[in-house]
This record gives sequence, C-alpha cells and structure tokens, in this order.
Amino acid sequence: MIILRILVLGVALLLATGPAQAQISDGVVKIGIMNDQSGTYADLAGPGSVVAARMAVEDYGAARKGLKVEIVVADHQNKPDVGSSIARQWFDADKVDVIIDVPTSSVVLAVNQIAREKNKALIVSTGATSDLTGAACSPNAIHWTYDTWSLANGTGSAIVKTGGETWFFLTADYKFGHDLERDTEAVVVKNGGKVLGKVRHPFPTADFSSFLLQAQASKAKIIGLANAGADTTNAIKQGAEFGIVRGGQQFAGLLVFLTDVHSLGLEKAQGLLLTESFYWDLNDQTRAFSKRFAERHRGAMPTMAQAGVYSAVLHYLKSVEALKSDDGPKVIAKMKELPTDDPVFGKGRVRPDGRKIHPVYLFEVKKPSESKGPWDYYKVRATIPAEQAFRPMDQGGCPLVKK
Amino acid sequence: MATQALFGQLLIGLINGAFYAMLSLGLSVIFGLLNIINFAHGAQYMMGAFVAYFLLSLTGLGYWWSLLLAPIVVGLFGIALERTMLKRLYHLDHLYGLLLTFGLALIIQGVFRNEFGSSGLPYAIPAQLTGGYNLGFMFLPAYRAWVVVFSLGVCLATWWVIERTKLGSYLRAATENPTLVRAFGINVPRMITLTYGFGVGLAGLAGVLAAPIYQVNPLMGADLIIVVFAVVVIGGMGSIMGSIVTGFALGVVEGFTKVFYPEASNTVIFVIMALVLLVRPTGLFGRAS
Repeated sequence: MIILRILVLGVALLLATGPAQAQISDGVVKIGIMNDQSGTYADLAGPGSVVAARMAVEDYGAARKGLKVEIVVADHQNKPDVGSSIARQWFDADKVDVIIDVPTSSVVLAVNQIAREKNKALIVSTGATSDLTGAACSPNAIHWTYDTWSLANGTGSAIVKTGGETWFFLTADYKFGHDLERDTEAVVVKNGGKVLGKVRHPFPTADFSSFLLQAQASKAKIIGLANAGADTTNAIKQGAEFGIVRGGQQFAGLLVFLTDVHSLGLEKAQGLLLTESFYWDLNDQTRAFSKRFAERHRGAMPTMAQAGVYSAVLHYLKSVEALKSDDGPKVIAKMKELPTDDPVFGKGRVRPDGRKIHPVYLFEVKKPSESKGPWDYYKVRATIPAEQAFRPMDQGGCPLVKK
Repeated sequence: MATQALFGQLLIGLINGAFYAMLSLGLSVIFGLLNIINFAHGAQYMMGAFVAYFLLSLTGLGYWWSLLLAPIVVGLFGIALERTMLKRLYHLDHLYGLLLTFGLALIIQGVFRNEFGSSGLPYAIPAQLTGGYNLGFMFLPAYRAWVVVFSLGVCLATWWVIERTKLGSYLRAATENPTLVRAFGINVPRMITLTYGFGVGLAGLAGVLAAPIYQVNPLMGADLIIVVFAVVVIGGMGSIMGSIVTGFALGVVEGFTKVFYPEASNTVIFVIMALVLLVRPTGLFGRAS
C-alpha cells in the first residue's frame, strides 16, 4: 500500500514537473554573469554581482520548485572583443541561456548584437548606455537598473536648477562617456544652462591634473564627470588638491557608485550629488537584503549594480517558471508582461522598449559628522517617480515601439 | 591657447615625468647591472604605496616615516626575491628573467586585489604639504611641487653615485667584467643583490610619493609599468642619465598631448617609441654594444 502511494506520488510529481522540464533547454537554466572581475569596475559589480545572483537563485527557491539553475561567471576585462568571444562561446558551446550584468557600454552593445543573432537573452544591470533602449533596442534585451539618461535627468537637472548653469565635461573616451555627456548636455541645455567646453580623456586615466587645469581655465561653475569607477574617484581626489572646490567650482559626479564614495572617504566626497536607483538604507526591505549581502561579500554593502543583478535574476526565474521555457526572446517577452516586485526596487515593470522602470533617487553624500559609520553615506534629496525617471518611450527611437 | 595655460601644462608634465623618471631609473639600474628586465617593477611600486598605507593605518606612522621605511621594506622584499629566485637566471637569456618577474607581478597584484578590491584605499596628503601656491598662471599644489623637487634630487643623487663615486665605478666595472672585479677581492654577488634591492627600493619610494595623489590601488602599477618600459626603451636600456632625461621629457610631451589632442595622450609615448626604434634602435642615450 505504502509503496503504491509513493509510486502514485512519484508519477504525479513527474506529471507536474514533466512538461516544464521538457521545454527548459537541457533541463538547466544557465545564467552567465559577465562583468569586470579584476579591473576598475570590479568593486562596483564584479564578484559582488555573482553573490547577488546566487542569493536570487536561493531566495527564489529554484531547487524547491524543481527548477535547475546554474550560474557561470566570466571576466570581460572591459574589452568588447573579449566580451564578444565569451558571449559566442557561452551561447554556442556552453548552452548559456541568458547573460546578466555586463558593465562597460562598448561591451554591452557588442554582446547585445550577439544575443540577438543567437536568439538568446541579455539583461544589463551595470552597463549604462541609454542606446540599449533607444536605437540599439532589441527583443532579446532588457536594461535593468539605470541608464545614462536617468543619471543625466537626476543629477544634471538638479544641479542646473540650483544655479549650476555653466558646465565643463571631463568625459571617458568611449561609448559610455560619450552617451552620458550627450544625455547630460541635453538636460543642461534644456534647463537653460550652457556647456563651455569638454575634454575626452583615455579610459582608464590615472592622472587628471592636466584635464583639471583645462576645466579650471574654462571658469565653468560645474565640472561634469562623465566617467566612472577609479576615473571618477581620481578626478575628485586630485581636484581637491588643485583647489577646484575652493576656487568656486563644483564637481558633478554623473555616475558615482557607493563603492566609489567608500573609496574616496566622506572627507573628500561630502556634498556630492549623485543619482542611483538603489541604496541599502532606503527601507526595511533594502536593509534586510543588504545585510544578508554584506555577510557574504566581505562586509561591503551592495551597489545599485549588484542589487540590480539580484532583482533581474529573480524576475528572470519567475518568468521562466511562468512560461515553463527558457527560450530567449519568449522569456524577455514574458518579463515585459509580468509586473516586477522585489525587496530591492519594490514594485515596477518592464516597458516594451526593454526599459525596466522603478523610482530613482537623487542622493547627497553626508558630511563626516552626519555619518554613523562605514557605509552610512547618503541622504535622500529627492525621489523621482518611476514614470519620470527614465526617458519617455517615444523619444528613444526604439524600433520596437509602435508610434 | 594662452601661453600662461601652457606654462601650467608644462609644469604638470614635469611632475608626471618625475614618476616616469624615478621608475625608469630603477629599471635602468637593474638592467644595467643585472641584465634583468624587471617586469615586477610596477607591482613593487604598488607595494610601496601599500606599505605606506599599512604603516599609517596599523602603526600610525605617517607619510615622512613611510618615505624612509617603505623603500627599505620593499627593497628587502626585492633582495629576498633576488636571493631565492632571480640569481638562478643570470646565466640564461633575458627572456627568462622577464618571464619570472612578469609572473611575480601578476601574482603580487592578484593577491593584493583579492584582499583589497580594485577601487583603492584613501591616503591623505601630509598636513605640511596641503594647500598650494598661486603662481598666477596656475594653482600649484604644494604636494606636487614637493614630488618634482624630491624625485629630481633622488634621480641626480643616484646618477652621481653610479657615475662619479668609487662605489659606482665598482658597479660599472662588475657589469663589464664580473670575473676580473672579483679577482680584485670585491664581493660581486652581494653587490648585485644590493643593487637589485636599491632599484626595487626606488620603485617603492615612487609608490609612497604616488599614494597621496592617486588612490592606493592594487592596479596602480599595472598601467604605469608599460609606459615606463617605453620610456626606458626611448632613453636607451641601461643608460642612467638617459632614463632621467627621457622620463621628464616624455612627461612634458604627454602633458601637451593632453591639451591639444587628449584622445591620443595614452598612445603618444608608444608612437615616439616606435619612431625612436626606427631611427635609433639603441635609444636616444644608449650605446651600441
């Protein structure tokens, strides 16, 4: 009798999970985390993104739900050619179903092309170029966490509105820097500001003194840093040395991550305005998530890029389960159909052009006296509602959007 | 562009050139006397900055102590390397020394990156050197002025010791004909060990000088070392004065490139290197052997 019951249960289980298994390619959902594991962008995404992805798989309870999920990791070294060959290898030989994270906009656009060609999925968290939901948008890709337009819209407009009307850009000389500069310049001009000059520095650059002198000579009120990671922190650090702030000019860090502020120290970073879509100390849910993350990542709080990977993996798995398939464009379509809800960004959705939307925050870096200890760095200056935080769909020029 | 602004850029170029000069000097000394192409130089420069950081954060010893102690610590590390590994390679081709030191550099950088991440640790400018001078054409931070004066002093002192003193003449003789020098009762292997330690110490010293300007970062040496090698090639392998002069000169050239065509500023040195190799394969100051 008992044996019979077990048999029936077994058959029932097989029937329940059978069809799902049948359509998951090779029976495994394989997630490839591709990012910079060792260079300038390693701390803001890197191994931390992998930790976040693993947490998402566990929190989703994939094993409990009979979904077999595997995570693989690769270092694209911020080089488009390296990223491309990894993507091909993953899609062609290693049966990877989705590539997630991908900092460095030049790599993003290269991998985007390949994901579309191979009919797989791409979800970008750390990469910034707003072209991914504009001219380069694809039915195979979603842009998850933030983009150059949302940064420009948050930091750029806040600064122009408080009197910073003349700008000089220090721009990282590649796709990301150019896009961030372009999107910010548009915001500055739209709000009645003026761009007095710009200089494009090689990526990465250690010494900014020459560029800082040029920025100083321009007499612009605001020096816009259209770069990221160590480039941003070095520029701010050396700017202090050259008396930029004492001379009456101000830095606008157009993309600053929590790890950058941590590395600069509050003494140098205080007062900086920055735009992010996540901060660990926003509410109980973000605090609980971040505490668990820090325990697994050398005590470091998650950046928005890493939190974005967590949220993206969660929603991806949810959609795979709902669809009972891991077919690239079908899952992406399902992800756009289902509303998103997670402890990181709260409730949100994915637009038809592939843009995930959620509220975005304008933060100000605390003074050393205001901070209660390590990682207590931001205070919220403004909350930009999800519908206003990203570029309106009709302005991006995405061919997927019907006019 | 106003001439005043160019003055500023000239000065900035000299300051960056000071780092090139100090690092290429160490490489030149090591190559001249040991025939080892020390690819670990960038990692040793990074270690100098980290030693300064540890001295401050663990023992509370500030910048000035680091300036003294960090080169010694890094130099001793170099001596240990030389004694245990490098000395086995002297009778082999240059390539083996290069491969060994390159491997060591990767390991050292990897260990530091694993331990301290890639975004760097803060190190403040010493209180005595904060602020700066308004020169009319530019604001010169006091610390940068100190860097340029101090490294010029170190470079010239090194040149003087090697080219103008008795000790220096022993060193130079030992590179020409070690057997003969040993016949005069001079301990050549010890001299070589100490020379390597000194060259590595110079890298550590440059690291301490760099710590307050850049973040103390495990990768700080990796990008710099390639440029410094180009400087050494342009100046002429093994030429002491050559590496000092080219170090400063290329800093200036790079500085001007940052004004007139910033996109090319990280390639200009390699273009010059290619041109020099075409016209004078032994480098500007090198002698054909």
